[in-house]
Amino acid sequence: MKNLQTIVLSNQEISPGYFRMRILAPGYKDIAKPGQFVMFRVRRSLPPLLRRPFGIFQIGLLPADCEGMPEKEFIELIYKVVGAGTEVMCELHEGDRIELLGPLGRGFDIDDEGGDKILVGGGIGLVPLYMLADSLADRSKTRLLIGGRSREDIITVTEFERLGVTSHVTTEDGSLGEEGLITRILERKLDKYPKAKVYSCGPMPMLRAVEVICSERNVPLQVSLEALMACGVGACLGCVVKGREHSEQNPEYLCTCRQGPVFHSYELDWERVEKNIEQEESS
Amino acid sequence: MSSNIATDNKPNLAVEFAGLKLKTPLMPASGTFGYGQEFAPYLDLNQLGAIVTKGLSLNPKAGNPTPRIAETVSGMLNAIGLQNVGVDAFISEKMPFLEQFDSPVIVNFFGNTQEEYGEVAARLNDVPGVAALEMNISCPNVKHGGIVFGTDPKAAFDVITTVRKRLTKPLIVKLTPNVTDIRITARAAEDAGADAISLINTITGMSVDVRTRKPRIANVIGGLSGPGIRPIAVRMTHQVVQTVKIPVIGIGGIMRAEDALEFLIVGAKAVQVGTANFVDPNAMQTILADLENFCIEQGIEDINDLIGSLQL
Ligand SMILES: Cc1cc2nc3c(=O)[nH]c(=O)nc-3n(C[C@H](O)[C@H](O)[C@H](O)COP(=O)(O)OP(=O)(O)OC[C@H]3O[C@@H](n4cnc5c(N)ncnc54)[C@H](O)[C@@H]3O)c2cc1C
Ligand SMILES: Cc1cc2nc3c(=O)[nH]c(=O)nc-3n(C[C@H](O)[C@H](O)[C@H](O)COP(=O)(O)O)c2cc1C
Ligand code: FES
Repeated sequence: MKNLQTIVLSNQEISPGYFRMRILAPGYKDIAKPGQFVMFRVRRSLPPLLRRPFGIFQIGLLPADCEGMPEKEFIELIYKVVGAGTEVMCELHEGDRIELLGPLGRGFDIDDEGGDKILVGGGIGLVPLYMLADSLADRSKTRLLIGGRSREDIITVTEFERLGVTSHVTTEDGSLGEEGLITRILERKLDKYPKAKVYSCGPMPMLRAVEVICSERNVPLQVSLEALMACGVGACLGCVVKGREHSEQNPEYLCTCRQGPVFHSYELDWERVEKNIEQEESS
Repeated sequence: MSSNIATDNKPNLAVEFAGLKLKTPLMPASGTFGYGQEFAPYLDLNQLGAIVTKGLSLNPKAGNPTPRIAETVSGMLNAIGLQNVGVDAFISEKMPFLEQFDSPVIVNFFGNTQEEYGEVAARLNDVPGVAALEMNISCPNVKHGGIVFGTDPKAAFDVITTVRKRLTKPLIVKLTPNVTDIRITARAAEDAGADAISLINTITGMSVDVRTRKPRIANVIGGLSGPGIRPIAVRMTHQVVQTVKIPVIGIGGIMRAEDALEFLIVGAKAVQVGTANFVDPNAMQTILADLENFCIEQGIEDINDLIGSLQL
């Protein structure tokens, strides 16, 4: 956990509105866990003021510049351009200076058992699932279910497949894979593999639907949540979600940045999470 | 022996006021530094003039619904709602960590009623590791959370008097900028027995998402902080320094050493850094190093020579 002043190695548009940025990140390889994130800042004194949180897609090594030098560690982010911060990010080029705070937060709890694993991603929510898939013991029993609005929103699936993971795609407009919502496939897969463990990241309405399906079937579920964050280190209390035991008298607010972003579904108060969904849906 | 020479040339950054001895005039602003622990991986807490903790109430407080924060031009709105662990949990769970450091601990607190203010102050007065209390009479976020006290000079005077009676430790009163004339509340605080004044707390503000037509934070109204509020904060610090005899701590939008210097030059004995800690958890360390460099560059041997050196 530290603030790293570093540089961009590459930054490319991989699908309309989606970018993949490779960043020099010494020290990440040994400590970063699947599901952790970074707080990203484009240079001092430039807007936006606050850093932006992004999941780590993958970590890798590049050959050293010359013999005798160490290999170069990098991380990759995949981000969707949605506002002021990501608009600045997508203008960055190789060699541009940036700052990274991380790796932050609690990642996925991974057990070493082989067993069936189902990863459910919605759009950009697939980002933290790649390192997770990579670290699972028996990838031939791992299935990636990925849903999006349209074919442009389905990214990097072939990379998952190269890990040995089987993938299933749905789009709402039917432009790629099956037409419809990914949760339908989840139900089908759980009928077939009732002992599977489920890991999910994506928009709140999708997560809620996944939670309902899993809790009905007593299937263990871990979710990676998004929240607005100012600090990323547990100080501002801007990013909280209500925990299962929450009440006005005995508040149990969990910081998404520190106690999350990955939670076991039983740690959360889904009724209240749902209230936030209603707000999101009406918007 | 070059290191000796370097230390000889090091300007003095220590300041003293209201019975407090600070190694440097730099400390975090309440609510932006958690209980200290959150930042320990990123900076040396022993380098800080003081450690100022998140505002405490008598009982734990849940805080507001989310979204609680929104970025604005050159700043941010927040309506955290003073979420905190409560004074007892603070004493048993957070103080032991803070006591490891030799930087004085300043505990920020508030109450819903005059009696509650008095009660929290009395409990903290008996805690050995607490160097001073900072009394928040100004949080604009919570319906009963201080707005009445801080914006009404009579109510401010009364509640500060109540706290003063139950406190032997130094009392810093933190003022709200959401008033017509800050000098009036500053005077009320001085008259009621405050040992020092800190200002400013956040400025009330609002922002709307034009697509959803909803306020961007759930509480509708929030407190504005960050670099955008600095000129207002410097102006108010200047006015208060000119009005009261007790020492003043400047707060508002400090991102860099130059920003801190503005407050010191208008006469603040020390400054607090808030939102900048979110942007960069090392911010205070960088500011400190640059403050020192500024003094060296300007031939200033003692930071106290700078304080109140405004040329009018
Ligand atoms: C732990 C974590 C991991 C994330 N990982 C990724 C990732 O891998 N790839 C990716 O593209 N995005 C990711 N996000 C979301 C990303 O942080 C936001 O999209 C980004 O901050 C938007 O910044 P902006 O300045 O471009 O948009 P803004 O102008 O700040 O906002 C534009 C829109 O995006 C929404 N938004 C802003 N911040 C967030 C946020 N933190 N979470 C959800 N919605 C937000 C706003 O409400 C608004 O509607 C992650 C968020 C979290 C909390
Ligand atoms: C997220 C957040 C939480 C805060 N919580 C408190 C608090 O609990 N008590 C208090 O007196 N001030 C609180 N403040 C106000 C700050 O201490 C400070 O007065 C204000 O942010 C202005 O300084 P800045 O511009 O450097 O942030 C809070 C500010 C922010 C941004
Ligand atoms: S982002 Fe500040 S507490 Fe989580």
